[in-house]
Amino acid sequence: MKFKVNGQEVFASTGGRPFDKNKPLIIFVHGSGLTHMTWVLQTRYFAFHGYSVLALDLPGHGLSSGKSLKSIEDMADWISNVIDAVGYKEASLVGHSQGCLVTIECTARYPDKIKTLSLMGGAGAIPMNPDLLALAENGDPKAVDLMMDWAHGPAGHFGGHPVPGLYHINTGGMLAKSRTIKDTLGVDFRACDNYKNGFEAAKKIKIPTLSILATDDKMCPVKEGRKLADLIEGSKVDIIDNCGHMMLLEEADRVLKVLKSFITTNYPSKN
Amino acid sequence: MSDNNKKKGPETKTYKFDTLSLHAGYQPHKNAGSRQVPIYQTTSYLFDDVDHAAALFNLERGGHIYSRISNPTVGVLEERVASLEGGTAALATSSGMSAIFLTVMTLCEAGDHLVVSSQLYGGTVNLFRLTLPKFGIKCTFVKPRDTEGFKKAIQKNTKGIFGELVGNPGNELMNMPEISKIAHEAGIPLIVDATYQTPYLCKPFEHGADIVVHSLTKWMAGHGSSMAGILVEGGNFDWMQNDKFPTMTKPYEGYHGLSFAEEFGPTAFTMKARAEGMRDFGPCLSPQNAWNVLQGIETLSVRMKKHCSNAEEMVKYLLAHESVAWVSHPSVPDHPDHALAKKLLPNGRGSMIAFGIKGGKDAGVAFINNVKLASHLANVGDTRTLVIHPASGTHSQMDEATLKFAGLSHDMIRLSVGIEDIDDIKNDFEIGFRAARKPRLVSNQ
Ligand SMILES: Cc1ncc(COP(=O)(O)O)c(C=O)c1O
Repeated sequence: MKFKVNGQEVFASTGGRPFDKNKPLIIFVHGSGLTHMTWVLQTRYFAFHGYSVLALDLPGHGLSSGKSLKSIEDMADWISNVIDAVGYKEASLVGHSQGCLVTIECTARYPDKIKTLSLMGGAGAIPMNPDLLALAENGDPKAVDLMMDWAHGPAGHFGGHPVPGLYHINTGGMLAKSRTIKDTLGVDFRACDNYKNGFEAAKKIKIPTLSILATDDKMCPVKEGRKLADLIEGSKVDIIDNCGHMMLLEEADRVLKVLKSFITTNYPSKN
Repeated sequence: MSDNNKKKGPETKTYKFDTLSLHAGYQPHKNAGSRQVPIYQTTSYLFDDVDHAAALFNLERGGHIYSRISNPTVGVLEERVASLEGGTAALATSSGMSAIFLTVMTLCEAGDHLVVSSQLYGGTVNLFRLTLPKFGIKCTFVKPRDTEGFKKAIQKNTKGIFGELVGNPGNELMNMPEISKIAHEAGIPLIVDATYQTPYLCKPFEHGADIVVHSLTKWMAGHGSSMAGILVEGGNFDWMQNDKFPTMTKPYEGYHGLSFAEEFGPTAFTMKARAEGMRDFGPCLSPQNAWNVLQGIETLSVRMKKHCSNAEEMVKYLLAHESVAWVSHPSVPDHPDHALAKKLLPNGRGSMIAFGIKGGKDAGVAFINNVKLASHLANVGDTRTLVIHPASGTHSQMDEATLKFAGLSHDMIRLSVGIEDIDDIKNDFEIGFRAARKPRLVSNQ
């Protein structure tokens, strides 16, 4: 579905079902340099089970127009504008990686709008490896290769995609190369590196929060994810074994199961 | 600080080709720790509950429903070939021909058109020339070296360019990087049949191809035991750039209003080929054959090295032989595509050789009838050396002019070099050549 936010055209997948304003809204926010497609094994389920789903392409990413937003704070405000633009007063948020920083900040800024928060491979801060950051800002495709290497756990490196016939590392790599690397990954990595408010924002969060972490996540290790979760009152933590940072694809079924139980309990749909 | 002490940046440590050919696509810890890939000899898969069943049919979750659509053993093969090619996704089929057919049927509708290289495997020529027109899909054939010709042949309703990198049997190369530019300027994909190369010799995605097809029956499986095919997606083609591919980009009635390009982006083509093509046409690969192919792929680079080194030895031997009129192989310095082959096939130029035998058709017949080690049969890419004399066998009904159009001649012998000891292959050829020099004498024995 396409709609406008701040005058710019935005694309969001509605999970294969028509967008229906009578159903509760779940918004999915992708990680650095990626697109709505990373969420395909979660969004379609919710769309077919009583929710309205928006898996966004951030500005300048995937099929959305405009330029990439330069800070996590701008992205957080933009998510709030998305909720307004589609005619809702509230939503549940789900974020992956950089999307966790964005959704934490958004929840802290707009406490009345956000009803539940689900974080996958999240941390309170994501300082970037300086070499990786430089490569991405220079538009070097090696940045994507390194990201795909580090983002997949040992099992994911072999493959074993839940969708028959798909190969993790190359699929992820193609998503990250779908637009100009410098203008997506480069800008996103810099925004992550600059963002310092994660732990303060977390302390303000009073809504049901879930963190899904993975034992082989090199980008946001379990230790860092726990540090963040400990600051959020009553937050739940689920840890997946033998899985890397791309848990939403590497262990899509497990992630869906935990997410399903969390969202249907804390933000039920009457549909 | 000297250059030597300068901190080197991080290096990517994703697995490389030889490791992927043994491991990609398979996680033992999810398969009872079985080190070898299990053969899932089953037609169908239990649903956890009705919700799970619906989720699988709606593509909400990944998983298997019915082995016509997907199978775990076949899935390992698909991921393995995708990883070796540098592709995002793959769909394995019962044969190379069905991989080509499914590719065309996923891409085209009645009224569409394809531009096709004229030097193709004979079965593929038949498909494009005679069978696809029955489905309302027309093709224009262009000689593989006529790069500009591909451009000129593109029409408004053209949906793709198709070719084999090294045409059979004339060993003519198509200029894949240039032809891919022509395809992309026209907003259409380039589809390459890379059966003769395997990803060990060439990864067409690195040279601009968008979809790769293989007859896995040949070098990939390698042992002449099993029929299989595959289509592989590069993931770089933007289906949404124009309105040429509505069944990929618009809500598609054929699959519950799904827009494949929107939902699955870099894997959209494979998802559609499976969801629609396997559902409706059904040329699925058996798990046993998938396993046989996997077994072959484990030694792909070891075998290809030997195939290529034996082929180069045979080229030298044939070039120097008094009974040989001509030799065609891209490694021969005066082959018209020698330089292009060096660029596109840096690891070896493949193991298919065509040569002319002095004495024409009769000599060809005598040669074929007298070799003992080389097998006379209609296949290529076996571990064993294979020979055929098209003018007396597969193409015996053709007259001189038709033979010439197909790139054949009465004296041509096609050789698929195996990995036997090179001395034994040469000794066997000596027997054949000796018989060919005295055809009547030998045939009267
Ligand atoms: C280049 C090429 N493509 C496709 C095919 C067809 O493959 P299959 O025999 O597996 O159907 C062949 C078979 O000889 C071939 O040589």
